[in-house]
Amino acid sequence: MKRHLSFSGRLVAAVVAAGLGVAAPLSGQSVAVKADTDTVVHVLNRLGYGPRPGDVARVKAMGLEAFIEQQLHPERIVDPVIDRRLAAYPTIQLTTAEIARDYYGPAEALRRAGQQAAGRLGRPPTPPVMMDPTMMGQAGQPARPAQNVTPEMQAARQREQQILQDLMQARLMRAVVSERQLEEVLVDFWFNHFNVFSGKGQVRVYLTEYERDTIRPHVLGNFRDMLGAVAESPAMLFYLDNFQNVDPKAAQRQADEQMARQRLAAARGGRGGRGAARPQNQQQMERQQQLLQQARNRGLNENYARELMELHTIGVDGGYTQADVVAVARAFTGWTIDRPRDGGSFQFNAAMHDNDPKVVLGTTIKAGGKKDGEAVLDLLATHPATAKFISEKLARRFVSDTPPASLIDRAAKVFLSSKGDLREVTRTVVTSPEFFAVEARRAKVKTPLEFVASAVRASDATVNNVQPLVQALRTLGMPLYGAQPPTGWGDTAMDWVNTGALLNRLNFAIQLAGNQLRGVRLDVRTLAPDTGETTRTQLVTTLVSGEVSDITRNTLAKAESPQHLVALTLGSPEFQKR
Amino acid sequence: MLTRRVLLKNGSMAMLSLGFAPAFFERAAQAAQTKRKVLVTIFQRGAVDGLNMIVPFGEKAYYQARPSIAISQPGQANGALDLDGFFGMHPRMASLHPHFKRGELAIVNATGSHDPTRSHFDAQDYMESGTPGLKSTRDGWLNRYLHAKEHEEASAFRAVSLTQQLPRALQGPAPALAIDQLGRFGVRAGEAGDMMQSSFEAQYAAAADAMLRPTGKEAFEAIKQLQSVDIATYTPQNGAVYPNSGYGQALKQIAQLIRTNMGLEVAFAESGNWDHHANEGPAIANRLGDFASGIAAFAQDLGDKMADVVVLTMSEFGRTVAENGARGTDHGHGNAMLLLGGNVKGGKIYGQWPGLEREQRYEGRDLAITTDFRDVFSEALTGHLGARDTARVFPGHKRGKALGIVG
Repeated sequence: MKRHLSFSGRLVAAVVAAGLGVAAPLSGQSVAVKADTDTVVHVLNRLGYGPRPGDVARVKAMGLEAFIEQQLHPERIVDPVIDRRLAAYPTIQLTTAEIARDYYGPAEALRRAGQQAAGRLGRPPTPPVMMDPTMMGQAGQPARPAQNVTPEMQAARQREQQILQDLMQARLMRAVVSERQLEEVLVDFWFNHFNVFSGKGQVRVYLTEYERDTIRPHVLGNFRDMLGAVAESPAMLFYLDNFQNVDPKAAQRQADEQMARQRLAAARGGRGGRGAARPQNQQQMERQQQLLQQARNRGLNENYARELMELHTIGVDGGYTQADVVAVARAFTGWTIDRPRDGGSFQFNAAMHDNDPKVVLGTTIKAGGKKDGEAVLDLLATHPATAKFISEKLARRFVSDTPPASLIDRAAKVFLSSKGDLREVTRTVVTSPEFFAVEARRAKVKTPLEFVASAVRASDATVNNVQPLVQALRTLGMPLYGAQPPTGWGDTAMDWVNTGALLNRLNFAIQLAGNQLRGVRLDVRTLAPDTGETTRTQLVTTLVSGEVSDITRNTLAKAESPQHLVALTLGSPEFQKR
Repeated sequence: MLTRRVLLKNGSMAMLSLGFAPAFFERAAQAAQTKRKVLVTIFQRGAVDGLNMIVPFGEKAYYQARPSIAISQPGQANGALDLDGFFGMHPRMASLHPHFKRGELAIVNATGSHDPTRSHFDAQDYMESGTPGLKSTRDGWLNRYLHAKEHEEASAFRAVSLTQQLPRALQGPAPALAIDQLGRFGVRAGEAGDMMQSSFEAQYAAAADAMLRPTGKEAFEAIKQLQSVDIATYTPQNGAVYPNSGYGQALKQIAQLIRTNMGLEVAFAESGNWDHHANEGPAIANRLGDFASGIAAFAQDLGDKMADVVVLTMSEFGRTVAENGARGTDHGHGNAMLLLGGNVKGGKIYGQWPGLEREQRYEGRDLAITTDFRDVFSEALTGHLGARDTARVFPGHKRGKALGIVG
């Protein structure tokens, strides 16, 4: 007896993809899919980080449609387990001001004091903090002896490192444990879409707030809201330098005024006495002149403007020119950070802003002040190229590396008609015939994050300490918050399949199965009590839903221990796909 | 859609299956015959103070600006090692001094990126992407070179970074390996290692996925290639002694890959902790000692093989001409690069020297730049590795006048 499910919602499914196991949708309002095991596994692999033992049965009992609907409404999911687990990472709840004051502040103060003392006394300075990967080689060990580090400094450093540690551990813990799996997948997707890098200067101070308040609340909300939140986030303002984006005319104006004040002050100071004070003044004057020269050289910074169009909205083929980049940059002059070195917040500085009209993509922007930037965001958020760009990216994430044009077009239409309602766009993608099509099944190579999280989930490992998994992601080439360029990580097989990374995956499978990751415990006896055929069949069903090649089966038959059996299954080519 | 890389890989596998001898022997033999050229790049992360590395002892302004951290003139206690009567090397770089005198080591002065950023992150990013000012470039300059010249016979060890993670310069579509320890490259399962390796190898040989299958083959071939030369017990030649630092060990392993004909073409290593904002004197002395002796050991180890190797060093920007209140230096602009190897026309300092007087400086404070770093990189690619042109490696860059350092 076939059990059919019908998806309600605003999706349009005029196309019936081949091999869909479908009762043809006639109304154009729903698509019906048979909730067989393979389909449920597919949904768990795409809407989340893969099935845990028992998940398939649970989804079947609940109904596939209800499950997807629930995942599209994470706020309706009660999940005391993840709430309890997240309590272990208290700093993810802190405000930026608290983080700056209590976590980065003390170490920074000690470093400054250390430098000043070193300058005076002529002894080796306190080594710089090792958190910033741009200061040291990855391979290079700190060259200076450890005895320079006072216990006080040691403690302060540990404290500042806790911020990023908590973030990384919480993110991975959520991927593994959270019942709100789709939300976690989307946080990963949208953080990556609006990528910032933890290793660039002050970004790390703002990262906690960025993920929690800027990205997470909007992943199933409205695109314009998220775009606006990102534009005003100190993390992005710092990462793409817009906090230094100043109208060149304004910079010149300020420099002239400052210079005039300097001259006046110098003239006044000159009356006091000419003796020892003079060289001091001379030096100060020179220093001031240098600063003024730098202020003049500063000015328009196009970095955010360019990436806003190329990466955040209309895409590189969105039809913009260099003139548009300059116009957008001018619109965002004055969008800055109040005290960026001290964890300050967003500020619009009218004195830095270029108030003249600008033409962006053929539209004249003359709203004035902060509204210039808002008008640009409005324009870009509702642009058809944005709808297509975002839809294609979502389809690539959820369906295949080369998603069908039919799906992209439909999702883009929903994006436009719903005015950027991301819940509706996501729903369109994950309930589409293309999503359920046979050719989409196991079509994606897992990213390292997906591989690690799904391996832990599939094997039902108990995670008491998530740190070894965080480290594993580094080894596998995908350190959390570690994508340097604003493009974020790639999302196709080509980005993740290479010789070194593959061997690292095999070794991770061996370590996980062998309980060599401290704090991650896998119950081999439950997974594989022996190496017999029944066990092997059961294991292959549990870990890769039974879909393995004869060769893989043969290699499993030769495994000498349950532990190796599990490793060979998790490391198999089949397990690298979702 | 099949990518070029998939086609290439599948193509090479098809050829492989027709061959008799294991492909890695063929490749090794081929590599030995053709005397493959190797470019070794070293990134000094944190911005080395180029003015205390290559000391302009002929400049009065140098000593005026640095009353407590300037390196003395040659002949004085702890003085610079004279290079050409105007420039000298930091005394702790003595191990490299003979290489300059023998004409194997060249220096490019006042080079770097014209982008005004003084952020370590941005400047490193630009130097590695090779596109200053353009943030969204996804691939690195070395990878673009490798990709343009991608060929079926390429060894898995064609591009290797001796780091835990692949650096930005090597990221991109062309295959490149990040290995921090050669001895740990492989399937690590203790006593069961051989069994696990052959089982995984069989699985991947039968993989349905169009990328996993060839990549798996490549990976296991690479493991066997390394096993065939017993890399773990390899010892440096000619009495070379590498510094014990991660950087020194990275160079040692690069030499191993070259000596054992692994098909290496591009290597990457890092040297860190150059950000000397305070009390620079003793700190930079130690770092330069490590830096120079690593390169010197590398050249000694390789001996005659250095004829096919060029070492190229880089750092994201230079440091302020004047010392600061803490006897250190702050983020600056122009810097120096070193090139060492058989193809290098050394014993000479390249690049127009802009001078250190205040009005000669960039923004009144830093060494100005007279040679775009991409021109130096281009020279290494065309002059040494035989790239025809570098327009695709450095998109949008109009190459300056040839420097004539390499080739």
